[in-house]
Amino acid sequence: MSTILSYEFMQNAILVGIMASIVCGVIGPFIVTRRMVFISGGLSHTAFGGLGIAYWLGIRPLIGATAFVLAAAVLIGRQEEKNMSRNDLFIGILWAVGVAIGIVFIHMTPGYAPDLMTFLFGNILTVPRADVIITLFLVLIVSGAVMIFYNGFVAVALDEEYARARRLPVAALKMGLMILTALSIVTLIQVVGILLVIALLTIPVAVASELSMNFRRIMLLSILCGILICLSGLMVSYFIEFPSGASIILIGGLLLGAVKLTEHLRGRRPAGRPEGPGGRRKET
Amino acid sequence: MENLIAIEHLTYGYEERPVLEDISLGIAPRDFILVIGPNGGGKTTLLKLILGILAPWSGTIRFHGETGGRLGYVPQSARFNRTFPISVFDMVLTGCIRADNYLKRHTREDEEKTGVILEKLALYGKRNDNITDLSGGQLQRVLIARSLVSEPLALFLDEPTTAMDATSQTDLLDLLTELQERMSIMVVTHDPTPYAQAYRHIACLNTRLYFHERGELDSATLERVYGCPVEILGHGIPHTLLATHGEEEKRP
Repeated sequence: MSTILSYEFMQNAILVGIMASIVCGVIGPFIVTRRMVFISGGLSHTAFGGLGIAYWLGIRPLIGATAFVLAAAVLIGRQEEKNMSRNDLFIGILWAVGVAIGIVFIHMTPGYAPDLMTFLFGNILTVPRADVIITLFLVLIVSGAVMIFYNGFVAVALDEEYARARRLPVAALKMGLMILTALSIVTLIQVVGILLVIALLTIPVAVASELSMNFRRIMLLSILCGILICLSGLMVSYFIEFPSGASIILIGGLLLGAVKLTEHLRGRRPAGRPEGPGGRRKET
Repeated sequence: MENLIAIEHLTYGYEERPVLEDISLGIAPRDFILVIGPNGGGKTTLLKLILGILAPWSGTIRFHGETGGRLGYVPQSARFNRTFPISVFDMVLTGCIRADNYLKRHTREDEEKTGVILEKLALYGKRNDNITDLSGGQLQRVLIARSLVSEPLALFLDEPTTAMDATSQTDLLDLLTELQERMSIMVVTHDPTPYAQAYRHIACLNTRLYFHERGELDSATLERVYGCPVEILGHGIPHTLLATHGEEEKRP
């Protein structure tokens, strides 16, 4: 094991895995409770447009993806504030257009795009040291912002209308949450790729929600769950040469299944949660 | 006595369609106002305008002293995210969050006030329960507790009796009567019957405000509000619509 840890690529992978897990735990519960999973899917796929342009311009792909996802987050946030009912239509269009832009620019780029598959499907074992530093900054920004704005984010996620009645800056808080989601997605793309980001934002939260109905505790458990599945997936990927992103997600899926089965066999569930996150509410 | 809240010539609508037109209304200290009217008549919209959730097209809402910063709001229980994982205590504690303190942690004083309110509303034993485990009546009391923890001068309730059985309705009325000793209360409701003994003024809204004094409610006024024949049953408030207006309006 000490030999494995001496490799720089493995150190980078472990660091990014832990940082990605922190992001999952900090922002994932807000995404799930505010029902922003579809938005997250849209944001992650628009990253492909940024990647394509970055390849074409010959700049670092992560920078292109970050710029595109942030721009998409601002657009979706503004659209959501203006017209809530048609937001899914807008996100769906942004999702497809983002991917189309990426395909066109990659087609226009001469030669071979070496990291393209890595960004699509993720490869935690190939994250360079420079991206580890960028990820560290992203994690500090996301975690710091959530700590500072925690009460405001909870108020908005729980009861937006009441938050407005209390004169909270609801539009700014919602936009802030959208931008933090975008930054989180950029962090996670390196670990599991564009196509699987949604799973890493939701599976740890789903596991944590099976074990607790306290929001802070769900955040903490999501971080621990993320670390467990990221590092396990990393080891599976290293030792039996499976794709790392898919390994991480499948281990997460298995863990969720095992936790649900255990809870079912023990005949108990967290108070108020009939069927995990988004499950049926008890009508009284 | 000077009104706590003075609404003058308020107009508001959605897209191009006006929902409220030229509304003027005064809310006195320790007033108890019922707002009734047909679906789409603008009852909840009026509440949202007073609370600052919506901005009026025209007209003014003036608050006396510090009233504007001390408004309590009890929304319909269906409006908030009922699947959010939060305990009764933490939910009520969110009532302490304001524009000037949302970046800070909750103070010990906030937590003490929350405990006192929960005790007063017979919810202390439920403080660690998740909100999704509560009955309709209990949840309504939690929403009221959340609004009271900020020590409001005026309390606004939107359809508070919708999910309640008869016992819970009686408890709510007792509580509102007690609260009226120290704050103004405005209740938006489809069903004014439970409040017959408690209210002081009544506002009938159907885009325009038709009526605003106790004891003068008559069939002609209600027929103007609802746009169909109405039968008064007693106390001036309970009434039956004698033609189809909307299913939810047909209440004795």
